[in-house]
Amino acid sequence: MSVALQLGIIVGYLLLALAVGLVAYRTTDRTAEDFYLASRSVGTVVLLFTTFATLLSAFTFFAGPNIAYREGPEWVLVMGLMDGIVFAILWYVVGYKQWLLGRRYEYVTLGEMLGDRFGSRRLRGLVAGISLLWLFPYVMLQQVGAGTALQALTDGAVPYAVGAGLITAFMILYVVVAGFRGIAWTDTLQGAFMLVTTWIALAWVLAAVGGPGAATAALEAEAADHLALGGDFYTVQWMLSTAITIGFGVAMFPQVNQRFFAAGSEAVLKRSFALWPLLCVLLFVPSFLLGAWARGLDVAIAEGENVLPAVLAEYTPVWFAALVIAGAMAAMMSSSDSMLLSGSSYFTRDLYRPFVEGSVSERREDLLARLGVVGFATAAFVGSLVQPATLFELGDAAFSGFAQLALPVLVALYWRRTTRAGITAGILASQAFYLSSLFTAVVPSAYGGWTAGLVGMGLGLVVTVGVSAVTTPAADERRAIYFDGLGAD
Amino acid sequence: MARLVLWGWIVVAIGLCALTVPWFLWGDATVVAGIPLWLWWHVGWMGLAALVFRLFARRAWGLGIESGEGSSDGSTPPNAGVDPGGERR
Repeated sequence: MSVALQLGIIVGYLLLALAVGLVAYRTTDRTAEDFYLASRSVGTVVLLFTTFATLLSAFTFFAGPNIAYREGPEWVLVMGLMDGIVFAILWYVVGYKQWLLGRRYEYVTLGEMLGDRFGSRRLRGLVAGISLLWLFPYVMLQQVGAGTALQALTDGAVPYAVGAGLITAFMILYVVVAGFRGIAWTDTLQGAFMLVTTWIALAWVLAAVGGPGAATAALEAEAADHLALGGDFYTVQWMLSTAITIGFGVAMFPQVNQRFFAAGSEAVLKRSFALWPLLCVLLFVPSFLLGAWARGLDVAIAEGENVLPAVLAEYTPVWFAALVIAGAMAAMMSSSDSMLLSGSSYFTRDLYRPFVEGSVSERREDLLARLGVVGFATAAFVGSLVQPATLFELGDAAFSGFAQLALPVLVALYWRRTTRAGITAGILASQAFYLSSLFTAVVPSAYGGWTAGLVGMGLGLVVTVGVSAVTTPAADERRAIYFDGLGAD
Repeated sequence: MARLVLWGWIVVAIGLCALTVPWFLWGDATVVAGIPLWLWWHVGWMGLAALVFRLFARRAWGLGIESGEGSSDGSTPPNAGVDPGGERR
């Protein structure tokens, strides 16, 4: 009964999304700028929720509450700092500046913006290449998550490969048809839906167990140290390292960074900026508290099973649990949709066009963009068949990998004397450092409790500034374009 | 003056980041109304941050970004609202 119901809800959701996508398709111009950015016309609610929904990957509903269950609810603080404060500040510092530049010079990607300023096709390709290097495993991770979830949901009736394949096929269809506008619309519906259902879930569970006081008392009896702030797992260094690297990493994630170009007006950016902290509290507090409280409640959680679905199954009706799980799976998919679209734009605009086929018509670029989506998704699907790894490890590596780009980009945006040699060296040095810390024993992964991701960011900053200071700008750099004549109107 | 305002806001931003996690409650397990005190602090702080962001968006938006604020080396005279001609592609 519950399996059929869950599948029914998931299929129903997919059909609804497809309907939204078709409406979006009808209002779409056949140009790459419209496909990628909805012609820079997005309003406050849609921009806020589409950015938010792309952040809500499998992590918020599965991995995050699992950690809160095992280690305590301090994750709320880490998420609040990274997404509600650090990212909100970057929303202004990086986002508003990028929006102004994107509107004036018609940039669609980060690589394009940097390549234009530094007069370097190679820098443009480098930024896109590095971004794809981190994006690809992250998309794959979402497919692994979806395949695993479908398999678990159906008790193996839908095998992992079939589940991941079906989801991939649907995503390709959806992204190719709907483009950015359709994705943003479904993200908005879905973000609002998840926010509401998470609170209903919390209310339902609390009503069943006798309120927050009783739930916390049960947690105290089971694991008293979870209530105290900090512990062996949540050290000061670890919390700060995680919040800072992920916060900066988010701003450089292609699907988030590209949204900086998509806002319809300055007012849209202003309004969304002030709403970030509130949205983060509204979502992360209930979902992580549910995970943390589950520890003290009488919920049997098997090894490797996700906490939130088990809690819902125990305390809420079958249809409601199915609705939330379907929503969480949809969240995974919406993250992937946006990533596919951005990945494809980085590939076609910053790698294919500059290096393979120079001048293309708008119609042809639009076609290339859609083909790019198919190629990227298929490759990630193949990856998901051969290379499974745990959600958290891969996800964390991707965020820290993107974080390495943030400080060289910030220096370039705000310091006129940044040179092409400086930013290139800064990006290469920090990437080399962080990749080495992941894959070799030569570079340690922790420094007195601080992570290699954070240390790598510092290295990128020092190298960018240092090399810029000792080199002279190349003749074709356009040093003034990030500074002169910038204004909203 | 503009420089002073800019630095003032930078200090505010750092302050907001610094106390999102109530470090002064480290190791504290006080529970108020069923929720740890440190989580109440966090919720309140995020509300405060939203208010401060709103104030910034109303009063100081554009600070450090729009021309006239950040361009100080005088190589090209900043002139807000005028396209630096010929550079648009």
